[in-house]
Amino acid sequence: MRKVAVSTRQSRKRLREALRAAISYTVLVIGAAIFLFPLYWQVTTSLKTASDAMRFPPVWFPSPPQWSNYLILIERFPMLLYFRNSLLVSASVIVGTVLSNSLAAYGFARLRMPGRDKIFMLLLSTLMVPGAVLIIPQFVMFQRLHWVNTYRPLIVPAFFGGPFSVFLLRQFFTTIPLELESAARIDGAGYLRCYAQIVLPLAKPALLAVAIYSFVGTWNDFFGPLIYLSDKNKYTVAVALRYLQGSVRTRPEYHLLMAAATLAILPPLATFFFAQRAFIQGTVITGVKG
Amino acid sequence: MRGSLQAGSLPKVLNAHSRARARRLSLQKREAIACALFVAPAVLGFLAFSLFPLVGSALLSLTNYRLAGWPDFVGLENYRRLLGDPLWWQSVKVTAIYTVAVVPLWLVNSLALALIMNQRLRGISLFRTIYYLPSVLSGVAISMLWIWLLNYHFGLVNTLLKLVGIRGPNWLGDRRTALLSIILMSQWSVGWYLPIWLGALQGIPTELYEAASIDGAGWWAKLRHVTLPMLSPVILYNLVMNTIWATQLFTEPFMMTGGGPQFATLSYILYLYQNAFAYSRMGLAAAMAWLMFLALLLLTVLFFRSSPVWVFYEAELR
Repeated sequence: MRKVAVSTRQSRKRLREALRAAISYTVLVIGAAIFLFPLYWQVTTSLKTASDAMRFPPVWFPSPPQWSNYLILIERFPMLLYFRNSLLVSASVIVGTVLSNSLAAYGFARLRMPGRDKIFMLLLSTLMVPGAVLIIPQFVMFQRLHWVNTYRPLIVPAFFGGPFSVFLLRQFFTTIPLELESAARIDGAGYLRCYAQIVLPLAKPALLAVAIYSFVGTWNDFFGPLIYLSDKNKYTVAVALRYLQGSVRTRPEYHLLMAAATLAILPPLATFFFAQRAFIQGTVITGVKG
Repeated sequence: MRGSLQAGSLPKVLNAHSRARARRLSLQKREAIACALFVAPAVLGFLAFSLFPLVGSALLSLTNYRLAGWPDFVGLENYRRLLGDPLWWQSVKVTAIYTVAVVPLWLVNSLALALIMNQRLRGISLFRTIYYLPSVLSGVAISMLWIWLLNYHFGLVNTLLKLVGIRGPNWLGDRRTALLSIILMSQWSVGWYLPIWLGALQGIPTELYEAASIDGAGWWAKLRHVTLPMLSPVILYNLVMNTIWATQLFTEPFMMTGGGPQFATLSYILYLYQNAFAYSRMGLAAAMAWLMFLALLLLTVLFFRSSPVWVFYEAELR
């Protein structure tokens, strides 16, 4: 008798769990469809003819896909040049960010000096100061240095640390066992060698996360290139998109605009798929948007 | 120790002692110097690119600097001008509405999604990827896409509405719906919070839920009395950071509406940008920046001051 009661209770519990899973999946699938459909629309619009893009009822699948839209776009606008510019800036920023922040993080995590933690907190506090608050005096400063309309305002600051990366790397460095280093120290290795030959190789996942964040952040950055770059040939992809949007405004060619937008999101998207784990890990460690 | 301090050996001992101390000191000193060198670039960067501009913007805000010539000191004239400028008030209003609407939406939607995803279900990582995806895309590309999706005549949104017989509004072209469009659109990047919430949810000890079950708590009671209190430090952190980000609204109105129609989407940063880079009013823009900094500082302090009332720290129990 009791056995029966237990088993019906169990089966009822199982039923309830199955029901809950079904509802959860339904919500998740509908949500995912809503999240993905704009991107689907962007890519398919980029493969439609100009008239198909504006047809009603809508053309759900472009057939045949107009790959030539991309060729037309590249012919009309020097997209490859903009890509090259963005890559140049991003690569320099990655080098600067990884180098300066790993050095600082090593100091903050491993070496002692008076007031060290207070300085660290002070650096961290700049996380709460939005960039736009500082942009005016920064612009004036770079203008006085005659750096406007060069890549220097976009690149040079990266070589001087940043709160997000320093925090992420310091957190990671403190998890690396000290013994490894003390052994090397006894063998006469200096701090710089400990940093370069022991800590850095062990911190590869964190360094990768920092590199990826600075890549995506720089690639997507709009405000900086917008105010500092005035020469069209120096535009990065983000500002070039805005220039494109403006130049075809009189007669909107949405299929070409969507082709440009699709090209622009490819590098961050590829990076995301390639290193998803490192990406999400960075968010978890710091809780800060890169 | 005292036994060893005999008359004859005293100088020698002291000597050895002080030498050891000197060596230790010099080791300490060497470490401190090394530390200073390692952190020097970051500290220099902080001074040059954060602290100096912060102080600089305060000084600049007291001048009429226009990017050419030498600035004149004008006292509080810029601030007086801003307070009497209806467009400045409009930009404050737009930013406040956007922030107040978007931050709770972000927090509630992402937390709800995280709660659904925090169950033992197959294929969750796929959904996590999908939801996270829009947050790696550039704001400019996203804005372009949504200009197209929200197009009055040919956009996908109005096309779908038309298929079910509804005539959609002129989303971005109408004063009444432009800001709303930007608010709704910003929910697309809600997945960015998922990893933080999921990490925090997985950190809640299962014993708490077991104990709650034994007390007969249903899922609502568990959510109210276990999950939310345990998450409250993360909620506070997200609240502070998201509020700061929301007030930085720029790319979407700049790209999609130019602040219009009739200034309905003139965000604070957009107005600051226009003053600084369209009209070269650097002093005025610096005053705007400084006011925003003070407002955010005040808001952050308020959030933290209110936290003892609603944020629960586990350590308090012990």
